[in-house]
Amino acid sequence: MVGPRIVVVGTGPAGVRCAEQLVAAGIRPVVIDEGGRDGGQIYRRQPPNFRRGYADLYGSEAAKADALHRAFDALRDRIDYHPGTLAWNVTEGELHLMRDGAAWRAPYDALIVCAGATDRLMPVKGWQHAGTYSLGAAQVALKSQACSVGRRVVFLGSGPLLYLVAAQYLKAGAAIGAVLDTARLSDRVAALPRLLARPGVLRNGLSYIAALRRAGVPLLSGVTPVEITGDAARGVDGIVVRDGAGRERRFDCDAVAMGYHLRPETQLADLARCAFRFDAEARQWFPEVSLEGRSSVKGVYLAGDGARILGADGAENAGRLAALSALADLGLPVDRARVAALLREQGVMERFRRGLVRAFPWPAGQAADLADDAIVCRCECITAGELRRTVREMGAAEANRAKAFSRVGMGRCQGRYCGQAGAEVVAHAAAVPLEQVGRLRGQAPVKPLAIATREETQ
Amino acid sequence: MTARFVRLAETGRLLIRFTVDGHPAEALEGDTLLVALLGNVRSVRSSEFGDGRRAGFCLMGACQDCWVWTARGERLRACSTPVAEGMAILTDATEAVW
Repeated sequence: MVGPRIVVVGTGPAGVRCAEQLVAAGIRPVVIDEGGRDGGQIYRRQPPNFRRGYADLYGSEAAKADALHRAFDALRDRIDYHPGTLAWNVTEGELHLMRDGAAWRAPYDALIVCAGATDRLMPVKGWQHAGTYSLGAAQVALKSQACSVGRRVVFLGSGPLLYLVAAQYLKAGAAIGAVLDTARLSDRVAALPRLLARPGVLRNGLSYIAALRRAGVPLLSGVTPVEITGDAARGVDGIVVRDGAGRERRFDCDAVAMGYHLRPETQLADLARCAFRFDAEARQWFPEVSLEGRSSVKGVYLAGDGARILGADGAENAGRLAALSALADLGLPVDRARVAALLREQGVMERFRRGLVRAFPWPAGQAADLADDAIVCRCECITAGELRRTVREMGAAEANRAKAFSRVGMGRCQGRYCGQAGAEVVAHAAAVPLEQVGRLRGQAPVKPLAIATREETQ
Repeated sequence: MTARFVRLAETGRLLIRFTVDGHPAEALEGDTLLVALLGNVRSVRSSEFGDGRRAGFCLMGACQDCWVWTARGERLRACSTPVAEGMAILTDATEAVW
């Protein structure tokens, strides 16, 4: 039997539920996974020789992680699974793949991208020092390797992950210097009506804050980061912020974990020529996608945090919906009542998402105030001053032009970690709205490939 | 105080021996190369642009800030490569800097 060729990218909550839905319809999908094991970042699995149980690893989400891992294990014989495989380009009807130095292409009738998200980052002076990590990195170290990223860690930024990871470190016995939130308490109060859309999740978040407070960890809201101090050889030795009252406070530490909620991984959607839209409230670009998971390109579907930051539960629903949309578009029968029920749940997730955006605002003003000698682009070591010069002296008021002139976003991370803050710096220096600066176009290869990579026919 | 990362659990695993810049080092079976390195030293590479030592950043394969080299000249992304017995890792580029 030759069925439609459906390729799913990602094995986080969206990808697993998507593949499961396709298998239930009698399809054998190709499933691409950049990770070595399924689970994505949120339900990342530890190496097989580790012994910690689900309650230790995933806390309040243990049952969901267990269910997702079991679901994937049950699919293994009914999908074509490619772990450790990078999807590095999309051309007409074909996904380009690479594993262990060998490249090949997977042709598709439907492509469902469940690429997830990474931390959204705002530079701070000194963030290039060894020992500065993303919040996600700090969580990966603990969850999959049972390590703290330092002897004394300060958590800086905003968003639900800030308190979640700090609380996980506390529970695991790590030393925490402080938790420094750039959002003000008044932001969280203003967001309450929307956050009450998911009272259980809200309660979990509050319990993390309470646990940190009980343990005597300094918790500051409304801070303005000043500098991560340290030196080029030894790395981080502390952090300086201004507190809500404007006083300078210093915390000693040898590691800083920082992040400002999430940004979607959109390169594959971009390479597939999907349209994007600017979200004025979140101040970032998302691919255009219907609640059912359809992108602007026929045959290309997007689900999970790579399309819209709804979190893990929303991602599971989105994966199922994208699969059902692909099946329907291929002329296969779909349970309409199930689609309607999933869409109703997504409405709740969407309301909560907007609550998080309100509660933990992206601190755009920090980019405007960034010192000229602060590094914006860690890969290429380009400062805010150099970026501003390209705007003022060379007239580069558009993101890609500013990148070409300054090299901000041209390095090995391809602008994943500096692109959004860089756009804010450009917008402020050029005195234009952020939307007008645009966004960095995705480029193939999505991640560096060795020059020795060979393409094989398969 | 040379290690950067601190092990909080899972310390009962088999020992793996490897070298960092020629010095003998120990890791545990199941470590990523980044964890293996930062369980021994404070950084894994130098920035090509002169702003100092680096020790990785995202740990999920997105930033590429944890590249290291084998003595044979292969480049590895330390956060997504498992450590293996006998690896000989260099924390400074063996390739020409462009």
